[in-house]
Amino acid sequence: MTSLIDVENLTLSFRTDEGLVTAVDDVSFSLGKGEVMGLVGESGSGKSVTAKALMQLNPGNAVYDPRSKITLHDEGREVDVLSLRKSAELKIVRGGAISMIFQEPMASFAPAITIGNQMVEQLQIHTGMTKAKAKEISIEMLDRVGISDPSKRFDQYVFELSGGMRQRAMIAMALSTNPKLLIADEPTTALDVTIQAQVIDLMKDLVNEFHMGIIFITHDLGVIAQTADKVCVMYLGRIVEEGPVREVIRNPKHPYTRGLIAALPRFDDLDAPLTPVPGDIPSPLERPTGCVFHTRCREIIGDVCKRDLPENRWVDPSHRVACHLHAKTPAQTEAVR
Amino acid sequence: MSSETLISAKDLTVGYNVGKGFFDRTVLKAVNEVSVEIKRGSFFGLVGESGSGKTTFGRALLKAAPITGGAATFTDGQVSYNLATLAGDELKDYRKRAQLIFQDPYAALSPRMTVRDIIAEPLEVMKLTKTREETDARVREIAAKCRLNLEHLRRFPHAFSGGQRQRISIARALVSGPKFIVADESVAALDVSIQADVLNLLKQLQKDLGLTFLFISHDLSVVAHTCDHVAVMYLGRLVESAPTRQLFAAPRHPYTKALFSAIPSLDPDDRGSAQKLVGEIPSPLNQPSGCKFHTRCPNAIDKCRTIEPTLENPGDGHAVSCHRWRELLGAETTA
Ligand SMILES: Nc1ncnc2c1ncn2[C@@H]1O[C@H](COP(=O)(O)OP(=O)(O)OP(=O)(O)O)[C@@H](O)[C@H]1O
Ligand SMILES: Nc1ncnc2c1ncn2[C@@H]1O[C@H](COP(=O)(O)OP(=O)(O)OP(=O)(O)O)[C@@H](O)[C@H]1O
Ligand code: SF4
Ligand code: SF4
Ligand SMILES: [Mg+2]
Ligand SMILES: [Mg+2]
Repeated sequence: MTSLIDVENLTLSFRTDEGLVTAVDDVSFSLGKGEVMGLVGESGSGKSVTAKALMQLNPGNAVYDPRSKITLHDEGREVDVLSLRKSAELKIVRGGAISMIFQEPMASFAPAITIGNQMVEQLQIHTGMTKAKAKEISIEMLDRVGISDPSKRFDQYVFELSGGMRQRAMIAMALSTNPKLLIADEPTTALDVTIQAQVIDLMKDLVNEFHMGIIFITHDLGVIAQTADKVCVMYLGRIVEEGPVREVIRNPKHPYTRGLIAALPRFDDLDAPLTPVPGDIPSPLERPTGCVFHTRCREIIGDVCKRDLPENRWVDPSHRVACHLHAKTPAQTEAVR
Repeated sequence: MSSETLISAKDLTVGYNVGKGFFDRTVLKAVNEVSVEIKRGSFFGLVGESGSGKTTFGRALLKAAPITGGAATFTDGQVSYNLATLAGDELKDYRKRAQLIFQDPYAALSPRMTVRDIIAEPLEVMKLTKTREETDARVREIAAKCRLNLEHLRRFPHAFSGGQRQRISIARALVSGPKFIVADESVAALDVSIQADVLNLLKQLQKDLGLTFLFISHDLSVVAHTCDHVAVMYLGRLVESAPTRQLFAAPRHPYTKALFSAIPSLDPDDRGSAQKLVGEIPSPLNQPSGCKFHTRCPNAIDKCRTIEPTLENPGDGHAVSCHRWRELLGAETTA
């Protein structure tokens, strides 16, 4: 598959009053054209910060480690994303080749401008189309994401819409510029399932129609199972497991991934108690030594986990895991499982 | 759960004036003649399409949205309040007894206040404690119930993870000793590993403190696991209401059936098997005639387009509002 974006050793901290806070730690992955990648992980694990890095959208207190590299392959060009500085250059990744649907719908819309005017403005910045054409496309997109009365909604303000409708309006805005890579940060969290199913279908159509790559950030593994080709699981800023969606869901290798799957409420047994992953996520100021998951791991081996950072190991050509359980010889690994 | 009713809503209606200008008196009925009884000690689930009026209904029960029609009563021991007309000292008293847990633990907490001050604020605003010592004792007591320790209380909310922040919001909602809690999408922003923990905590608190919950959620698996009774809304109307097990085992309304079959399967090879509802949610300003669901219902017949069904309660506690529910019993929806 031709690569669309390559992320190598992305490491990023934030300067805060309490010192440097590591948000993303040595993250690497590649996404191909037309590929859908799911990004799952605890809240605070660095999913949004990783996604925003692809568009250089992190705020000024973000400090990138110099080894971090993000390469976008766009129509024969190679764009070194982190070296972009001028706003004209940044347009390539902000709303041009890359578009993002944010977790907080309110953040994407200015409160005092109508939804329609914002969509038109954005289209004009990135495509130079006429106002009339931009309006036509905007209304068509609002319609495609399932918003009723699109021409009426076009003239409304964001606060006049329900939570789910805001989310759909935002999806419409992100898709209208026809990006190469769509980053969807919890895009269906506020939606009810019938509309979620439609939005998921819409996203699949877009992949087929425009060969768009999608990074789908969600904590709903059901949504991942239905949409993604591959999954990256993050915990405290690190990717702890990456693999094809079937493999990761049916045969998870990392204890955190296993815990996530076990924590899902199931329909087949309503009496089954819900089993959370024990403990709390450590504060970003108190990063655990060794394996970042050791403070909550049910399968902890011993001191090695508290002391040494487990390396990524490819358990098969497309499935990797960072855990000492899998760092040993295959025979021993089986024995401890 | 007891058989006593804590909250009773009868034809509760919330209308917003959305007309543009003096002569345009367009009213949007966000909640349209909804009747429910919430039993004391129950975990009452509310699900439905986005924009169906769930948040508005919850807010109306908290006196945070205007009740423009029908009635709602809150009955707790000696007190009985008519929520439509509640005002003055009685309203102040009701604010202690009914509280909201916010959806978004990030937005809801002031970054400049310590966790102790965040939790203490309702006590101070409602003047429920007389001395700082008394406030501190109450804050510590409720914090401990929400598994927050003394160390946590001194810190600022940004130093906490999502699950911890949600526990802070819960402690803040519970500090005034309420009986009735509206939890609006309270675990939606949380990761599953933490979600399970917060849900277990809510259930525990419900038992320990004898709380009654209105639990609004779009996550049906969460609702199935936590609620003992579930009501389903569509375009401001209540379309079905039943004990959880009964509802999930044998849904009666075509919308509920569609809702259940749209739940994304965890099996990656089971893609696209979900029953998809076609069509868009009608605008609340331009509602369909007859049954509000007829524009998307796979079972609609002519009658549905002209006559609106009423909520029927066949006596088994499983109420439904559909002309054809009896005919469709056991039948799959045909899309
Ligand atoms: N501007 C900032 N300044 C300081 N710290 C930040 C900033 N933005 C994010 N962080 C920290 O970086 C870490 C990763 O945050 P991020 O928003 O990427 O998490 P996430 O995985 O998207 O979580 P969620 O599922 O809750 O959205 C968190 O510890 C967060 O507190
Ligand atoms: N203050 C208001 N003024 C005008 N209309 C409103 C107001 N608040 C809500 N509405 C409208 O009332 C309807 C119901 O909204 P509500 O927020 O209760 O829906 P909901 O079921 O909670 O949806 P969601 O799942 O998206 O949160 C929507 O059509 C919404 O646009
Ligand atoms: S390295 Fe050790 S602590 Fe970390 S996930 Fe593996 S077994 Fe658990
Ligand atoms: S009344 Fe008719 S349109 Fe409405 S849900 Fe029943 S069958 Fe469908
Ligand atoms: Mg995020
Ligand atoms: Mg709502």
